[in-house]
Amino acid sequence: MSDPTTLKDVYLDNNATTMVDPAVVEVMLPYFTEQYGNPSSIHSFGNQVGRSLKKARQQVQALLGVEHDSEIIFTSCGTESDSTAILSALKAQPERKEIITTVVEHPAVLSLCDYLEKDGYTVHKLKVDSKGRLDLDEYARILTERADHIAVVSVMWANNETGTIFPVEEMATMAADAEVMFHTDAVQAVGKIPMDLKNTDIDMLSLSGHKLHAPKGVGVLYLRRGTRYRPLLRGGHQERGRRAGTENMASIIALGKACELAAEKMAYENTEVKAMRDRLQEGILASVSHCFPTGDVENRLPNTCNIAFEYIEGEAILMLLNKAGIAASSGSACTSGSLEPSHVMMAMGIPYTAAHGTIRFSLSCYNTMDEMERVIEAVPSIVAQLRKLSPYWGEDGPIEDPEKLFAPTYA
Amino acid sequence: MWDYSDTVKEHFFNPKNARAMDDADAIGDVGSIQCGDALRLTLKVNAESEVIEDAAFQTFGCGSAIASSSVLTEMIKGKTLDEALKVTNQDIASELDGLPPEKMHCSVMGREALQAAVANYRGEVWKDDHEEGALICKCFAVDAVMIEDTVRANNLRTVEDVTNYTKAGGGCSACHEGIEEILTRVLAETGEAFNARASRQKLHASKEKPPVPGKGMSNLERIKRIERVIEMVRPQLQRDRGDVTLVDVDGDTVFINLVGACSGCQMASLTISGIQQQMMEDLGEFVRVVPVPANHAATTGVTA
Ligand SMILES: Cc1ncc(COP(=O)(O)O)c(C=O)c1O
Repeated sequence: MSDPTTLKDVYLDNNATTMVDPAVVEVMLPYFTEQYGNPSSIHSFGNQVGRSLKKARQQVQALLGVEHDSEIIFTSCGTESDSTAILSALKAQPERKEIITTVVEHPAVLSLCDYLEKDGYTVHKLKVDSKGRLDLDEYARILTERADHIAVVSVMWANNETGTIFPVEEMATMAADAEVMFHTDAVQAVGKIPMDLKNTDIDMLSLSGHKLHAPKGVGVLYLRRGTRYRPLLRGGHQERGRRAGTENMASIIALGKACELAAEKMAYENTEVKAMRDRLQEGILASVSHCFPTGDVENRLPNTCNIAFEYIEGEAILMLLNKAGIAASSGSACTSGSLEPSHVMMAMGIPYTAAHGTIRFSLSCYNTMDEMERVIEAVPSIVAQLRKLSPYWGEDGPIEDPEKLFAPTYA
Repeated sequence: MWDYSDTVKEHFFNPKNARAMDDADAIGDVGSIQCGDALRLTLKVNAESEVIEDAAFQTFGCGSAIASSSVLTEMIKGKTLDEALKVTNQDIASELDGLPPEKMHCSVMGREALQAAVANYRGEVWKDDHEEGALICKCFAVDAVMIEDTVRANNLRTVEDVTNYTKAGGGCSACHEGIEEILTRVLAETGEAFNARASRQKLHASKEKPPVPGKGMSNLERIKRIERVIEMVRPQLQRDRGDVTLVDVDGDTVFINLVGACSGCQMASLTISGIQQQMMEDLGEFVRVVPVPANHAATTGVTA
């Protein structure tokens, strides 16, 4: 870490999680102390909490542009919302045994789908091109051919690694035309992309509190009225029996407040935050050779940029950034302890020479332009330092034909 | 981020001997950019004494790959080639005050680069036989390839078997689902179905029925069974560049000789207790497994 007495560390990992807004902390605190009632109780302790719960629901409703507040179901996280949505669609339509999703979903969807495949379900994973874009013709074809067999389409609104935005509203309409349910994992998109769900064909949507300055461990499943549904957790009548379990009141109140703030900051995200992101990317690309942004740069979240640094490895970059007081994340295999670099980078066909060196910078409204300049200043020497160590890098550029010059005898 | 030791961090932030060596006498290249890890080790070797006078590295890889390379160059400088070859991946990891299980392969890569460099110096061909798979058991750093090979070679059928042979699954149990998947896949190759219940029944059965005492067995049969257990564990040790041989049997004591990477390292005691357990299961009697030098018991005929 840099000297903590002089400079604050720069946090550019907001797609992983965000700081809880101080205003959000303030509204949630009483729910640990004086407002400890159970919202289901008849007495006044519970009654008051019940009213707050309704207010939080309305705050979420407003941000999402939802018609009825009863369409908001509070859950424990984005992952639970994703699982509930997909499993509900399968349970409610047992005769339908196929799912459409994409190769670049978050593990919250992909791992579940892989698991379901083992249980005999068929999963159609839409591929992406080199910029991470979907082929809607492929989607239309599968929808048409398999319409009667598809239980649900689940496509993320925006990708967590690259920020690439998917045309989910259009895709939801296509699904509706084929009479197929549509779910979107909007965990990264909520608060950054304006939404008006009542005027879309989206049936279910997942969001997660900790990506928009509410605490970890609270999420929402939007469930359009009339959508066939089977709960994941059965038990008490909380959330109208659609998600049993006593409400995590403090976090729900916090999420409500965070949604209200997110609505207010939506414009700032798409102007000021976007300007900082653009400056960061431009500054890095201008001063470092052999690096490029990944994903669909014309069509991505305003806060995200993912840059691939060739011939060096992501974890090593992160460790040096961390030492310089900069927090980011990487799609390298080594950061996750797996052997393959990120499935998102592989799906886009990013070459191995670059895929291991992808770094995601994800901003929030708490970042400043000064911080961007600090990062722009720090990155070139970090990259140079690692390239100097790399057997794939010569005096001032990649060695020619690395496969030949660097030649392990057994390769 | 990983919980790296201070020594790992020190070697990563201030790597020793990180440079290209133009006049190297020996070059060892291992890894590839595909796997995200590649290391070139270069040595300056005294032609007369075979002492490594200088060592340098270039590494493409994560923090622990760079740290492993750096510490390796420090460890082998001043050693003869033969002495250097005795450095195991465990030694590299220990010198770094430990590596997370997911990162042990970085130390293996260091050791392989060293072997490749020595082979290069001596004009030999070095063959890498180390295929790596996805890490399944994080407690004991066992990967999928190792489990698959062991299941195939020994006709294993249950998660318990896999744990006995490879240690995988012997810790937190989180990987049991993954091990069952491997069993299902490998058993399917021979048209067999994985039966999860088999292991549970066996577990209860072995508790209810006392093991058949080995006394009913002829001496010859008994030795044969002991040998068979030794043969079964050998491939696994050889993969870690070690080996085990049976030296002698005296009453309930079985003398074995552990060589190579497994002797002396902290895994040795785990290995011995694994062999002992396997023998007891096979023989149905209590035996004590004692490691000895290769010529020990055979000549002295010691008793336990
Ligand atoms: C796209 C996406 N979906 C789902 C999740 C999981 O959310 P949670 O951590 O709340 O379970 C995340 C968070 O990493 C995400 O980025």
